[in-house]
Amino acid sequence: MVPDGVGKVVGVRVLAAMSGGVDSAVAAARAAEAGHDVTGVHLALARNPQTYRTGARGCCTLEDSRDARRAADVLGIPFYVWDMAERFQADVVDDFVAEYAAGRTPNPCLRCNEKIKFAAVLDRAVALGFDAVVTGHHARLGADGLLRRSVDLAKDQSYVLGVLTREQLSRSMFPLGDSTKTQVRAEATRRGLAVADKPDSHDICFVADGDTRGFLAQRLGTAPGDVVDDATGEVVGRHTGAYAYTVGQRRGLHLDRPAPDGRPRYVLSITPKTNTVTVGPAEALAVSQVQGRRPVWIGGPRPADPVECEVQLRAHGNVVSATVAVTGDGLRAELHQPVRGVAAGQAIVAYRPDPAGDIVLGSATIAA
Amino acid sequence: MAYLDHAATTPMLDVALEAYVATAREVGNASALHGAGRQARRRVEESRERVAAALGARPAEVIFTGGGTESDNLAVKGIFWARRSADPRRTRVVSSAVEHHAVLDAVDWLAAQEGAEASWLPVDALGRVTPQRLRAELATAADQVAVITTMWASNEVGTVQPVAELAAVAAEHGVPLHTDAVQAVGQVAVDFAASGVSALTVTGHKLGGPAGVGALVLARDVAVTPLLHGGGQERDVRSGTLDTAGIVAFAVALETAVRHQQQYAARVAALRDDLVTRVRQAVPEAVLNGDPNDRLPGNAHFSFPGCAGDALLLLLDAQGIACSTGSACSAGVAQPSHVLLAMGADSARAGSSLRFTLGHTSTSAEVDALIAALPEAVDRARRAGGLRASR
Ligand SMILES: Cc1ncc(COP(=O)(O)O)c(C=O)c1O
Repeated sequence: MVPDGVGKVVGVRVLAAMSGGVDSAVAAARAAEAGHDVTGVHLALARNPQTYRTGARGCCTLEDSRDARRAADVLGIPFYVWDMAERFQADVVDDFVAEYAAGRTPNPCLRCNEKIKFAAVLDRAVALGFDAVVTGHHARLGADGLLRRSVDLAKDQSYVLGVLTREQLSRSMFPLGDSTKTQVRAEATRRGLAVADKPDSHDICFVADGDTRGFLAQRLGTAPGDVVDDATGEVVGRHTGAYAYTVGQRRGLHLDRPAPDGRPRYVLSITPKTNTVTVGPAEALAVSQVQGRRPVWIGGPRPADPVECEVQLRAHGNVVSATVAVTGDGLRAELHQPVRGVAAGQAIVAYRPDPAGDIVLGSATIAA
Repeated sequence: MAYLDHAATTPMLDVALEAYVATAREVGNASALHGAGRQARRRVEESRERVAAALGARPAEVIFTGGGTESDNLAVKGIFWARRSADPRRTRVVSSAVEHHAVLDAVDWLAAQEGAEASWLPVDALGRVTPQRLRAELATAADQVAVITTMWASNEVGTVQPVAELAAVAAEHGVPLHTDAVQAVGQVAVDFAASGVSALTVTGHKLGGPAGVGALVLARDVAVTPLLHGGGQERDVRSGTLDTAGIVAFAVALETAVRHQQQYAARVAALRDDLVTRVRQAVPEAVLNGDPNDRLPGNAHFSFPGCAGDALLLLLDAQGIACSTGSACSAGVAQPSHVLLAMGADSARAGSSLRFTLGHTSTSAEVDALIAALPEAVDRARRAGGLRASR
């Protein structure tokens, strides 16, 4: 039985992006089983691939490239490694650093999908005669062209795919959307794929040791500045670089003085210009309106009138109901209940609840 | 399928395969003192004589190894260590910019770990190392040179080097010259004694023998410090139980390849010339790299402007055509060729190149298959462009 989600016409030439993990291996297997002519490609994203022994984790190790190759062997499909390191550096890593420097909180996975997997790789694949790119993302993309959440809500990745345009989606396949992660692992075992019990990757793949602050400090240097209380304007502490903070952050503030009311304080905003981090009580974090830039609308024609929907404001974040209006090159969401810790640079993704899986309507990048 | 990658490895000759299987059925460690051991030893020594005879060397000059990479490492490091021990001022290593990684990285390692001072002889646009360049390099401080290593023929662009002339220059200064003849043996005439080199690398799997076995031919007056210590096999230079079956098969293949070399070269060069002519007709912008005359008979190496070599490879592979873009790093990423860069190509040209190599099983039908598939592959690859960031 071929699971749905491979809803494209059978027998097309597809390029499977194989990270070396279990998801992409099973996705490639399903595409092949569905009758497509599948070629596997591992994207080399790191300039100097490291091994586990040297402490690297994530998607950039020699072991991953080997695991991907072995999975392709087992599936009996051709396999190549594409060197995407230069583009990845420019479009994802440099962008990540620049975004933090500008006081925003980027999502590099989303950026990688937008600029690498479903742009540079997809374009190259199409030019080389492939009809689509298949990945192991947990999301549903049916014959109706609508992008829906995975049946496995805990693993759902529709949020990081929400930035894709209809054009990009029309040349994508996500064969895993109808399965849970547990099912995917069981299937990998059944298919003899050695990656079946490989742990999930969680970290940012290019921050080898998981220390994002250290990574940023190395690239942006230290820039000591003030931590200022929002209400009083008083300097309540010092920091070594405003870029290292995220809106909503509570831990690691090292404040000299407790708040007069004794309650915890959170990062409310980051101002790169003055190199200040502004802090305040939890309530001050709450926003009820979100502005977005560069909107993408994929759930139908761009709406002329405001739409009632649900929005998600960060990866793995909760959804809230909202009224969303798309205006030229912007998007405005009125949240029906205030949300804390909305960080500029993350995506706002709008969903329409649906019994067959919530449908992605559109997205935008949250503006400062 | 069209197999156009004989320079990577070529199918085993039937005679070698049969010799391998027959010998592998026999028991006997060539170092053992009983009858079975003597039998194995006899097979090894007969093979040594065959290899020596085919290469214009004496049997005692043939050291069996685990292949080309080991022979290169043994020659470069071993001669360096031995000559530096004899005279501590000898810390220079002279090599060329177009060597195989087995030499290149061994020299780099000596520079990084052993305080060697490496000089890289440049090549001209055709990939040739000139005797004048070597003479200039040796004009000063030749007495500090431990070893010179320059290849006989390029595994990438197929250019054949003036090895005898280079060896003559080295001899003027009394410095031993090693040559990596992995791609040359069986393809062009190779005579160890006549060439005047002090050491020569050869490997089995490029001439119809098995992979993992080869030899270093080493003149008797050249001292070498071993890489492998142990049971003292191979004149104490290369310890390890001898791979009798592999050595026998290697010797049979080498002898056969050398015996048929002229006929082979004439036939394969004609096929290759046909391939080159037809590639140029099919893709007029294609640029042939390497020396158009002094080149290996089976080698055709092109740059296809505007295409990425790895895209062409993928597209041709999908049509059942096997060829090569050059070397890849351990993760499998195609690397820009240091050989083409040394020949003055920019990275775009280096990245757009593809090597087709013919061998003893090649047929005109394989060339036909390539020519049939190439125009569309080039067209698509050009549309796909390179992989580099478009900045
Ligand atoms: C010129 C040259 N030197 C050395 C080698 C390495 O030989 P081997 O594969 O036997 O280690 C090769 C083949 O890859 C080669 O082409």
